[in-house]
Amino acid sequence: MEQMITVTIDGVQVEVPAGSTVLEAARKANVNIPTLCFLKDINQTGNCRLCVVDCGGRALQAACVLPCTPGMVVKTNTPAVREARKMNLELILSNHDKKCLSCVRSQNCELQALCKELGVEDGDRFAGAQSTYAIDDTSVSIVRDNNKCVLCRRCVGACANVQKIGVIGPVMRGFKTAIESPFEKKLAQMACINCGQCITACPVGALTEKDNTKEVWAAINDTTKHVVVQPAPAVRAALGEEFGMPIGTSVTGKMAAALRRLGFDKVFDTDFAADLTIMEEANELIDRVTNGGVLPMITSCSPGWIKFCEHYYPEFLPNLSSCKSPHEMAGAMIKTYYAQKAGIDPKDIVVVSVMPCTAKKFEAKRPELSNNGLFDVDHVITTRELAKMIKEAGINFTALEDEDFDSLMGASTGAAVIFGTTGGVMEAALRTAYEVITGETLENVNFTAVRGMEGIKEASVKVGDLDVNVAVASSTGKAAELLDMIKNGEKNYTFIEIMGCPGGCVNGGGQPIVSAQIRNWEDIRTKRAQALYSEDEAKTLRKSHENPEIKQIYDEFLGKPNSHKAHELLHTTYEQRDLYL
Amino acid sequence: MSNNTEKFEQLAKVIEEHKDQKGGLMPVLQEAQAIFGCVPLDVQEIIAEGLNVTLSEVYGVATFYSQFSLEPKGEYVCGVCLGTACYVKGSQKVLDKLASELNIEVGRTTPDGKFTIQATRCLGACGLAPVMMINDEVYGRLTPEEIPGILAKYQG
Repeated sequence: MEQMITVTIDGVQVEVPAGSTVLEAARKANVNIPTLCFLKDINQTGNCRLCVVDCGGRALQAACVLPCTPGMVVKTNTPAVREARKMNLELILSNHDKKCLSCVRSQNCELQALCKELGVEDGDRFAGAQSTYAIDDTSVSIVRDNNKCVLCRRCVGACANVQKIGVIGPVMRGFKTAIESPFEKKLAQMACINCGQCITACPVGALTEKDNTKEVWAAINDTTKHVVVQPAPAVRAALGEEFGMPIGTSVTGKMAAALRRLGFDKVFDTDFAADLTIMEEANELIDRVTNGGVLPMITSCSPGWIKFCEHYYPEFLPNLSSCKSPHEMAGAMIKTYYAQKAGIDPKDIVVVSVMPCTAKKFEAKRPELSNNGLFDVDHVITTRELAKMIKEAGINFTALEDEDFDSLMGASTGAAVIFGTTGGVMEAALRTAYEVITGETLENVNFTAVRGMEGIKEASVKVGDLDVNVAVASSTGKAAELLDMIKNGEKNYTFIEIMGCPGGCVNGGGQPIVSAQIRNWEDIRTKRAQALYSEDEAKTLRKSHENPEIKQIYDEFLGKPNSHKAHELLHTTYEQRDLYL
Repeated sequence: MSNNTEKFEQLAKVIEEHKDQKGGLMPVLQEAQAIFGCVPLDVQEIIAEGLNVTLSEVYGVATFYSQFSLEPKGEYVCGVCLGTACYVKGSQKVLDKLASELNIEVGRTTPDGKFTIQATRCLGACGLAPVMMINDEVYGRLTPEEIPGILAKYQG
């Protein structure tokens, strides 16, 4: 039994488990203490001082890091507390570039919200010296604007502690303190994997994705171009949030309708390509197992994970599946198979991917992901950028009637839609591998052992006479843990799924940014994942190889999985990358 | 070069001693600074790898504490005291003059490697405020106007 202790918050007695913070106890007493730097599981450093409370001692204390003690009496609403919080906030504002009107985070900015909540009347109360920094837009995925940085260190927590990368950190001291890469290097010069977890951790507009909506609008408006769009599985589980819909609402049909209204010429689905990926990957796995290939085989759908592997664990490059990620496969098929069928010159086709991911922007620019001098994918926009375009176009998203994707590359199975969450690629691959290996019908398609939000999951799956040991890791920090165990010989697997972001793509760096005020108390990853599992459940076809359009593409174009043509168009190679560039 | 190899061997020994110690970064940086006279990029990279911490963390600590220097110190280290007594006696103006005369920022070294400017804490010579030291030489009751003349002695 968990030991409970009683504390008094503003005269209300509450019972909390020993070890709870005052912030958590206050929540139980229906008191919302303001926070800025605190982000659950990511940053608990008590440095912004906005959560100060009066515990009867000499000084006010930071509630986010203060453990409850039995009988503790806490006041959160005294004049001294209110004044201290407000002044601390005003001091933060004194060195913040307050360009709210044109800030991408306007109305979704925690600093802005706090100003309103705490009743700041003059944003320039402590006007004085202001730091100026050059904006770092060297990365193709992430833009850093330190002029807006409030030094909360949430990005540092995400990068160094969660992802175990640490390409940014606090440098210098006092007024000169900044979040920077070492030796004044730019992000593009660092072994950054472009996952964007720093962006979704940032409470303000100091970290954003590289905006590619202008290029997409230009392509749409260019009458000589045939613009084809494809949204990733996880996008549909989160896009609705940008339009005020509850977290975990699936908006697949509305999304297809909105994409059509934006003016895209064809609305295909990356889910189709996820099914295609499974055909290639499951057969690659079977080939590796039966012909003595390199095992364990590790999935290659997550470009953040791929770049992490190239920089930090190059010894595992031979373990990576040679499959391109689904949207790259889709791009390659759009510019060959679809182009041929539709009679369009591939040079006139522009492929736009809508991704929950900022690392996909970097991936799309990899020279090896091209064919005949044409990139498989031309532009990548995030879920957030798509929402921005929909708003710019004045589309009343929530009122849209559901529409379907265009046929040829629009059909998908339940196996594809769960690609968007940790464990989903594994489950999808197992559904197909099982039937291909055993030749029997898989009755229960739900591999629940690989579901859930734990960082590392393991399972032993019976496939015919074979016991297949599999593992699933999400976040590169957890991936590193898993790979270290394999290196030490502690663990042995046949097949591993790794996704670069904690919880998988549903929690990707390109997804709608959820305020810490919600994220600290609600499990947004599980809610978004549930939307995908529900879609899977609702589908008649739940195994990739049952997708009729997949059967068609192999019949008419690719031949067999892992055929020569499939290898040429759907598979790729990796390269070792240095730690310091 | 052989000299440098020796230094890096010394560094490797220091890292080995501290690598399993919690908070080992600080003593390693201090000893590295003693070995090399500064902690430049290549030294920090070796420390990061040896202690299994990120370069960001090493650099963060190295830039937080003023005792660490990222570049070699000059032949003459000019330390101007910004302790309370010297400060109220106008040492900031002396420091500013020094920076403008040598055309470098405080904390940096001239491109010819001759001078480094530092702002220091109390040098314990408050009776002579404002005070500056150039290596072991003490200059007291300074005015900014005296700076060019003093520097000229070392520039020859």
